[in-house]
Amino acid sequence: MAANCARVVGSLFGKSVNFASSTRPVTLQFCRQICGTPALRRKNLGPTVPETFTAEFIQKQVEEFEIGKRHLANMMGEDPENFTQEDIDRSIAYLFPSGLFEKRARPLMKHPVEIFPKQRAVQWGPDGRPFHFLFYTGKQAYYSLMHDLYGRVLKVEKHQDQLRAKGLFPTEPKQIALGPSRWLTKEEMEALLVEPISRQDYEHFIQLMERLLAMPCCSLEQQFVMSHRQQLEAQSMHQVVPPLQKDDAGVDFSTAEGRRKSSRGSVVVRDCGAGRLTVNGQDHLHYFPVLQDREQLMFPLQFCGLLGRFDLDCSVSGGGRSSQAGALRLAISRALLSFLSQSEGEAMRQAGLLTPDPRVRERKKPGQEGARRKFTWKKR
Amino acid sequence: MATRALTKGLLGLRHVRGPTVKVSNSGRQFATASSIISPEPQTCSVRDKMLDLPLEKQDLFRVSELFTVKDLFDARVHLGHKKGCRHRLMEPYLYDSSLDYDIIDLDKTAEDLRRALDVTAHTAYGGGIILFISRRRQFCHLVENTAKQCGEYAHTRYWQGGLFTNAHIQYGHGVRLPDLVVFLSTLNNVFQQHVAIRDARKMNIPTVGVVDSNCNPSLITYPVPGNDDTPVAMELYCRLFKTVINRAKNKRKQMELLHSLSEPSEPSS
Repeated sequence: MAANCARVVGSLFGKSVNFASSTRPVTLQFCRQICGTPALRRKNLGPTVPETFTAEFIQKQVEEFEIGKRHLANMMGEDPENFTQEDIDRSIAYLFPSGLFEKRARPLMKHPVEIFPKQRAVQWGPDGRPFHFLFYTGKQAYYSLMHDLYGRVLKVEKHQDQLRAKGLFPTEPKQIALGPSRWLTKEEMEALLVEPISRQDYEHFIQLMERLLAMPCCSLEQQFVMSHRQQLEAQSMHQVVPPLQKDDAGVDFSTAEGRRKSSRGSVVVRDCGAGRLTVNGQDHLHYFPVLQDREQLMFPLQFCGLLGRFDLDCSVSGGGRSSQAGALRLAISRALLSFLSQSEGEAMRQAGLLTPDPRVRERKKPGQEGARRKFTWKKR
Repeated sequence: MATRALTKGLLGLRHVRGPTVKVSNSGRQFATASSIISPEPQTCSVRDKMLDLPLEKQDLFRVSELFTVKDLFDARVHLGHKKGCRHRLMEPYLYDSSLDYDIIDLDKTAEDLRRALDVTAHTAYGGGIILFISRRRQFCHLVENTAKQCGEYAHTRYWQGGLFTNAHIQYGHGVRLPDLVVFLSTLNNVFQQHVAIRDARKMNIPTVGVVDSNCNPSLITYPVPGNDDTPVAMELYCRLFKTVINRAKNKRKQMELLHSLSEPSEPSS
């Protein structure tokens, strides 16, 4: 299988290179039957069963991988003992340069555990007795989880009853600190249990977990609950405010950058009180003859009511006139944050002044004249 | 398969021991020309002795000491359903009905329960797989715990179609099916007979079942008329089955130890 497709380069590496599509490898036949009876040529292929890899097969693949890793290290002139996966990737990219765009289609050499899907070992012993007491349900991992979870619910209820009997029942329930987290998705649960779950099973599981969480003394089972939750990355909801600096003359100023399409702009906002605007060394009236662009520049100041207070020194490059104006507008809004209070900054955010505009030019598609425009349709 | 042959022997369908039929270590019954002449091998005699012991002795596992009719009464095993729910085939097991509530005859229950516990003990002694089935949601956790504590198996969830009849596809090749199925409640969630009763019958698996007055006892091999709705009654049944299975397994370990000590030259089976 994998050995066959790797035999092409196997002479170098001892059959350890696996191409990414190793789940359905191409068998290379070096000697073809020239003549044969139809009976020999006809292959009775039975119904396709999902490939199951035995433990011995995986073990053999792991050994071959280790040997191949050492060969590769020797070839590259590096130390075989400290040859990490990054070194392997680098070496393979060097020895087998590929121009394919899809990274997953390029040659790769990874540990068999990452390539072959995780499978369940044989479920019963030599005498035929299954190992798990819920084997005959067909979904032993899922039902065992539900059994365990229900047992914990009963335990918490019993604890609550004991507290109530002693008169120590807590009036303010101590909630589990869930933090920024969510329940594991169905796919993640399937990966955890190594067993497919149906949608209804998953919903039952979540319902029972929610029931456990709704109980006042659920903090007993905090660890169990958190093991089935995925932590979300703490998303910083607030803008990074540029620091307010003081120059030699004692004037407050702050710097910020902004981008729009392919324009890059940066601005220095000084708290002078003059209201002058310089863009790339020129006056803004010269640089932006169109009213619309100047309006874009002024809008953040006009929104906060600080039109005549600040002195702006802008520099911008790339893009066209409109995108340069948009880049500068964003830069000015960000720089102004350091002069404003939090509520005013929040008002700016809600007005959309602090949101970078994500729109870029859409590519032209083949068979069409432009990104959306189709060729003229002719009836005949 | 090995224990199916054993169970057959244990349940009174004694296989003919003699030159015509030889039971090899794998448990398959076959007759060969050589077996007619040659004597039985030494290894079989130890195993046969161990397996014949419960059949020779009356009530080796002391099942009759486990409960009395009074215990059954205290556990409300005699309480059946109302006259309207009564199954026609349960009428022989009913003692009377008071205010239209059926009362199960506890003498019959005691006798049937003893027989059922005996069968379970013998199966467990022979190393058979016992599967507990109950589709009552209140007692699902209790039944699963019982199975876990006595080292046997339980199925208290939704019954997927071919679990017995399509076992090789459902579980994989070479799976061993249960040797005894114990129904702690023969009805499923919609008050119809559990599919596993019919499937076990199809696969020649003996069944023990607690049949209430609204259940059909005909397909069950060892029916035990009794209440399957009250928690006290269910706890009693679970406790009894657990005790009996543990006793049988301990006895088996004892016998194996005894035989391995008394005949150390023999290879232990």
